[in-house]
Amino acid sequence: MMMQEIVKDNTWEELGKHAIDTEFDIVNARQLVRQHAKNLRMGIVDQTRITTAVSELFRNMYNYANGGEVLIETGIVEGHKALIITCIDHGPGIADLELAMSDGYSSGMGMGYGLPGTKRLVDRFEIQSKVNEGTTVRIMKWK
Amino acid sequence: MNTEIHDKRIPIIRIKDFLIVSIQVDMHDKLAIQLQSQILNEIEKTGAKGVLIDISVLEMVDSFIGRMLSGMASMASIMDAAVVIVGMQPAVAITLVELGLEMPGVDTALNMEKGMEMLENRIKEQDIDF
Repeated sequence: MMMQEIVKDNTWEELGKHAIDTEFDIVNARQLVRQHAKNLRMGIVDQTRITTAVSELFRNMYNYANGGEVLIETGIVEGHKALIITCIDHGPGIADLELAMSDGYSSGMGMGYGLPGTKRLVDRFEIQSKVNEGTTVRIMKWK
Repeated sequence: MNTEIHDKRIPIIRIKDFLIVSIQVDMHDKLAIQLQSQILNEIEKTGAKGVLIDISVLEMVDSFIGRMLSGMASMASIMDAAVVIVGMQPAVAITLVELGLEMPGVDTALNMEKGMEMLENRIKEQDIDF
């Protein structure tokens, strides 16, 4: 089910690192992501998709994992100039990733809520999670 | 879009039987929840029959804001007021559908004028019913 993880190469460049500890951080960070998407000349629909996707992920971290950290990068992925967002938390983790990624689960609540919807908005979606250790979600979007 | 985060209240304007709310800022969660209760209080205070919520400036509606809007529509309906969301940007509509967010009970209109017509028709229908 999980796709091969994309390996970082020397085309990747860090654009910023931000903590998500408050609701204001969610708003600030998603606006930053939109700005980066604009800078990469993504169209308005793709800007909206990536902004909405990160808003979902940031809120997951804020609500269920006591916050976390977001790393914003850009780089060439499979020939595309991509915006790469990594969300790292040290929350409860997701016990059954396969279940969390199945569509029916999106109507539930709790850690992992809405992940399938978020996945549909981006070009790449990678997730790693360990119970009681945390979750890392990396998404990529390109034009 | 204004990138400042406002901690101010979002103004609610009353015209005849309607309340008009124009969301001009990227709302954080508490502001969204506050707006919800503010509108419901205003419905109670004024006996308004309809609420128009203009989101034409909103560049993003995520599942939280979406659920807030549909929750407000159901609560308002219990209080005998209809809610119409107007001016959703096409990119926002596309994203909401792809996200898989359903907003049951939420009526939408392309712009303020059409939204107002919608509410007026609704009130007329009700007058005939009773």
